Amino acid sequence: MANKSPSQPGIYKQTLLAGLWRENPVFRLLLGMCPTLAVTAAVKPALTMGLCVIFVLLCSNIVVCLIRNLLKPHLRILMFTLTIATFVTIADLFLKAFAARMSETLGPYVPLIIVNCIIICRAEACASKNGLFVSIVDALGMGLGFTLTLCILAGIREVLATGRIFEVAIMPDAFVPWAAMSMPVGAFITLGLLLGLVNIISKKKN
Amino acid sequence: MDTLNILLMGFISIVIVNNLVLTKFLGICPYLGVSGRIDMAFGMGLAVTFVVTLSGTLTWLLDHLILIPMNLEVTRYVCFILVIAGAVQLVEMYIRKFFPTLYESFGIFLPLITTNCAILGLCLFINLWGINNLLEAAVLSFGAGIGFTMAICIMAGIRENLNLADVPKCLRGAPITLITAGLLTLAFMGFAGMIK
Repeated sequence: MANKSPSQPGIYKQTLLAGLWRENPVFRLLLGMCPTLAVTAAVKPALTMGLCVIFVLLCSNIVVCLIRNLLKPHLRILMFTLTIATFVTIADLFLKAFAARMSETLGPYVPLIIVNCIIICRAEACASKNGLFVSIVDALGMGLGFTLTLCILAGIREVLATGRIFEVAIMPDAFVPWAAMSMPVGAFITLGLLLGLVNIISKKKN
Repeated sequence: MDTLNILLMGFISIVIVNNLVLTKFLGICPYLGVSGRIDMAFGMGLAVTFVVTLSGTLTWLLDHLILIPMNLEVTRYVCFILVIAGAVQLVEMYIRKFFPTLYESFGIFLPLITTNCAILGLCLFINLWGINNLLEAAVLSFGAGIGFTMAICIMAGIRENLNLADVPKCLRGAPITLITAGLLTLAFMGFAGMIK
């Protein structure tokens, strides 16, 4: 996929869709596990995290793509990391200024986007090899796939842990909340079972 | 005596009660990736312990001696990641020179320590908890490394036995590892509240 010329029609759509299912960063590539597990106790922080990752991924892909001809091979990862760290600082300051409570909830997991493998992986695998538009579309696809996965996981956990989603109760009154779902154990086991489900679905599709 | 007490409590707390891997979800990638064999897991744990001790102490110094006096806190993340990358480079050169076989078996995982969230995470947590004592920062960093080593070794031990178990086909590989990790955190939850 990486070697196709950008002029080919349909490549944008293909790249966009790849991030959503075929190369979904969490379900398929098992990348970015830390935020996936850490911020998915509720949907709101998960969504914020997803948006931050989309922003950083988009900006770093654009910059890496523009400077890709200047990069020296052995310094390349360091340059990627520094680029990403800069944009993460911007995102973090933005959150602190405009969504102080959310910033507090997410805590150190916002700066930890720096070491989120998805972003370095896309910089290395896509942005440093492809044209600008492919890189942008790839960042959007991967970012959306990540956000969607986070929201699914967070939705399941929030409903089971509290019986409500976005402050709206959706479970019947007799439902007893599973406190364990909001704890680390719930994160690990839900993700494990979801991965199993994804394995079954993708096997059926083939 | 008081100082010693605080240091000891901090150490136990970060190794067992607030274990970075099991309660803060940091360092999950190597935790799932390298925990196939116990000897490699142990080597990885030691490398991470070394890097985290070095970078935890150095970033604390950097933060308190340079960044805060000069009002440069904005550049904190960029500086931290540079220090960590430097420390990893140092470890890589050292291991390549003195333990070539270990270096071979690590392969790609050694440079990847740079992107191990446990290390950056710990530096950020030290900052967040407002640790204002160099010794405390050093002990906490070392404890974090030991905690990581312990978690990854336990996991590797379980996974070596898991190879013999009859796991449903769709859960083989990563899913069952995650579920095992979940049960392990459940066990470690028993320590919660032991120390603040």
